[in-house]
Amino acid sequence: MGEERKDTASTQTVTQGKQPAKGARKERGILIPPAWQTLLLPVLAVFTGLVIGAIVIVITDAAVVATYRNFFRAPGTALAATWHSIATAYGALLYGSLGNPREVYEGIRLYLSTGDNTLFLRAIWPITESLVAATPYIFGGLAVALGFRCGLFNIGAEGQLGIGALAAAWVGYRITNLPAFIHLPLALLAGALGGAIWAAIPGYLKAKTGAHEVVNTIMMNWISFRLSDWLLNGPMKAPGYRPITPNIEPTAALPRFFPPPIRFHAGFFLALIVAGIVYWFLFKTTLGFEIRTVGANPDAARYAGMSITRNIMLAMVLSGALAGLAGTSQVLGVDYWVGQGFTAGYGFDSIALALLGKSHPFGVVLASLLFGTLRSGATRMQSLAGIPIDIISIIQGLVIVFIAAPAIIRWLYRIRVERAEEVVLTRGWGK
Amino acid sequence: MPLVLELRGITKAFPGVLANDHIDLTLEEGEIHALLGENGAGKSTLMNILYGLYQPDEGQIFLRPRNRSVIPASAASRDGLVEVKIHSPNDAIAQGIGMVHQHFMLVPPLTVTENVMLGLESTRGGIFLDQRAAAQRIREISQQYGLEVDPDAYVRDLPVGVQQRVEIIKLLYREADILILDEPTAVLTPQEVDRLFSTIKNLVKQGKSIIFITHKLREVMEIADRITVLRNGRVVGTTTPARTTPAELAAMMVGRQVDLVVHKESLTPGEVVLEVKDLQVLDDRQHLAVNGVSFEVREREILGIAGVQGNGQTELVEALTGLRPVIAGEIRILGTPVTNANPRKILEKGVAHVPEDRQRDGLVLSRPVHDNLVLCTYYLPPFAKGINIQEDTIIATASRLVEEFDVRTPSVFVPASTLSGGNQQKVIVAREFSRPVKLIIAAQPTRGLDVGSIEYIHQRILQKRSEGTAVLLVSPELDEIIALSDRIAVMYRGRIMDIVPAKGVNREYLGLLMAGVEASEAAKVAPPTIGVEEVERVF
Repeated sequence: MGEERKDTASTQTVTQGKQPAKGARKERGILIPPAWQTLLLPVLAVFTGLVIGAIVIVITDAAVVATYRNFFRAPGTALAATWHSIATAYGALLYGSLGNPREVYEGIRLYLSTGDNTLFLRAIWPITESLVAATPYIFGGLAVALGFRCGLFNIGAEGQLGIGALAAAWVGYRITNLPAFIHLPLALLAGALGGAIWAAIPGYLKAKTGAHEVVNTIMMNWISFRLSDWLLNGPMKAPGYRPITPNIEPTAALPRFFPPPIRFHAGFFLALIVAGIVYWFLFKTTLGFEIRTVGANPDAARYAGMSITRNIMLAMVLSGALAGLAGTSQVLGVDYWVGQGFTAGYGFDSIALALLGKSHPFGVVLASLLFGTLRSGATRMQSLAGIPIDIISIIQGLVIVFIAAPAIIRWLYRIRVERAEEVVLTRGWGK
Repeated sequence: MPLVLELRGITKAFPGVLANDHIDLTLEEGEIHALLGENGAGKSTLMNILYGLYQPDEGQIFLRPRNRSVIPASAASRDGLVEVKIHSPNDAIAQGIGMVHQHFMLVPPLTVTENVMLGLESTRGGIFLDQRAAAQRIREISQQYGLEVDPDAYVRDLPVGVQQRVEIIKLLYREADILILDEPTAVLTPQEVDRLFSTIKNLVKQGKSIIFITHKLREVMEIADRITVLRNGRVVGTTTPARTTPAELAAMMVGRQVDLVVHKESLTPGEVVLEVKDLQVLDDRQHLAVNGVSFEVREREILGIAGVQGNGQTELVEALTGLRPVIAGEIRILGTPVTNANPRKILEKGVAHVPEDRQRDGLVLSRPVHDNLVLCTYYLPPFAKGINIQEDTIIATASRLVEEFDVRTPSVFVPASTLSGGNQQKVIVAREFSRPVKLIIAAQPTRGLDVGSIEYIHQRILQKRSEGTAVLLVSPELDEIIALSDRIAVMYRGRIMDIVPAKGVNREYLGLLMAGVEASEAAKVAPPTIGVEEVERVF
């Protein structure tokens, strides 16, 4: 043992006397107040994700890789090709998701001078598509974030979303001859209720028996997948070959604001309003106070006379309702029917969004806008630059990794941390 | 004795606080050097610097070199010490500095051997753990220093006192010469403290040097060779037990004269507030933890429950506050039965509860101080209107309470986790005592606190008693029980052995009851009361 000792001692610590006590290793880096870090870290995570995404784009581009074979003869060619590849990809991503400001300007001018709005509509189409994509993300992210605040990890948003969508679709096509101002709220309510009921089951099991919500919500996901398969092939199947529901009545649809192909609908504004309500609920009401207390320290919550069971049930049901609305907004605003594989991972992405948004409603909205933008831009990037959509999944994945492991980002950018407060996202098994 | 360590001009600032302000400290070989100070005086910061967890902003650390061969002959030294930089606990350990933290750093499901080896595994052929060699080494260390422990026992099965021994063995296994013990007696019973002290004396006899962090005057007087007192990040003075008195030390620590005697108004108890009859409660493992307990507490009266920790006091308090089901018996508060009522109903009856584990039950550490101050009343007016939280009212009330109860915090908006232990407890006391209460149930209300806070909390409890509140005080600190209580109940294995008046009580009699001797037998050996009138509060 003595041998090991000596080595460590000699290599690390013994220095000459009388040196100034400066430049100690741990002290290096920028000290940023924790409040700012909350904002800065997600931004840096996204930035880093894009940088690594760029590297992936370059190394998967055969033409660029080929130029590197002659790097020493023609470094300029290689670098130019690299730049071109990245610029094309991200340029297409940006153009595909946000559009071109000049085109928007031209469109407005044309409309004002001639009353012809086709150019304007074509120019705003990309950005409206991004908002359309962001809408279910906002609801889903809020659902998972609300669960996190109560110390619950709702992995079941995917299933709750599907059940909510089916419930909304059923009300949408089955009930006819209702005025829109009754039919639409009814369909929304049905969607929220469907998700809430689906989440209430694991919520009840958690509250009453302590069965872990992670396991049970995953199980509920599978049940919902098979249940919707059966419904779409049986009771809810539209006439014809395809396993889809009939189209909803126009009275149940969320209003759109522009002629086709622009699909931007009122669901987006509803999502923003709901985000505001969730913020108010969590931070300004006694119910939210209780939920956050149970999430942060269930022992203290019990000590203070709060009911753990009731709060877990409440948080789970509300989380499910929000997830249900995510599916509902998609059915009533975009698709008008539900088919197999409808959920398409929205529920799972929601977990990422809640993490990226730091479980704060407004953070979730920002994160959803980002993910919506990436998603809708990806399609255009594929068609314009020939970059597979999967690259966006890689970037999203990287962003999540960096959010989940902020130490990586702190290390990369030399951000020093002095007892930053941690948010308890979920607790251990069985407690 | 030659020096083994010298700290010179150590300075460390945290945002808003100067935790260490040019601190000088020396440690001799074979010395027990007590570092005395209130919470937040800078003891822990200083030791964390020495242990490599923090880097000092200024100042130097000089150590006796572990191995002279690695020191260049020209190295500037003083008394044979050389300057070192300690960047991490690994560096500290490599330099022979070890620390036993207040909260043990052990892995409960592993054995003693596995815990000791952790991070320093002996191996055969590089990949196979050589537990036998490690266990052998642990036995040698146990023998050499009189640290009795079974290397194959699982840590989770060991009593706290033995776990602490494992921590010390861990350091000796790593060949530490300087041992830092951070509040080592905070979690021990009186017998375990005695045992620890003999271990410490054994260690220094064999050339180890000890830095003993504490705020308990009695311990310092008993064991230290030298005492350095810190206050507000500065060294107030260094002395020896022979040259000082507890009163002087207390004054140095707190910065003013401290009253070591509890002045208790004599009052006549009034109506019965809490009535407990034949109570039976199970613990987490479904064993009978409270076995037929009966007592009552009246207005203007403090009933102290004495006993070694783990004799059912925790379960009793939890049952009284609705946190644990009662399987038999009855609890009445002001005549109303509240057996198995939910915690909120009991709180609303006018019960204040100072919980035993303040960080687990009493506070939400991640939340701001102002939320913690309304943790039990957030849903009531004026803090809520309907379901709407009245943030402004909460903040105003919290600011007033922080002022009134002397909670030292930069603001009411900082998370409770940033407060020192004493101030966290003051937050709880402020919250509980500011409600209209009829009964206070205080479980170990001063555990791990400093002189100032202890004095303060005692004073608050006595003030509540004068106002007519009934108080149930549970504490394993016999001094505290005797000093504050009007009557004393001794609990042993879930039963109350006897209830005696506190005035002139015989410590020896209580000690026998605490060890499980029946009252009738104990009375034959020692009379329950002797005529000593004044009890000194010893910290």
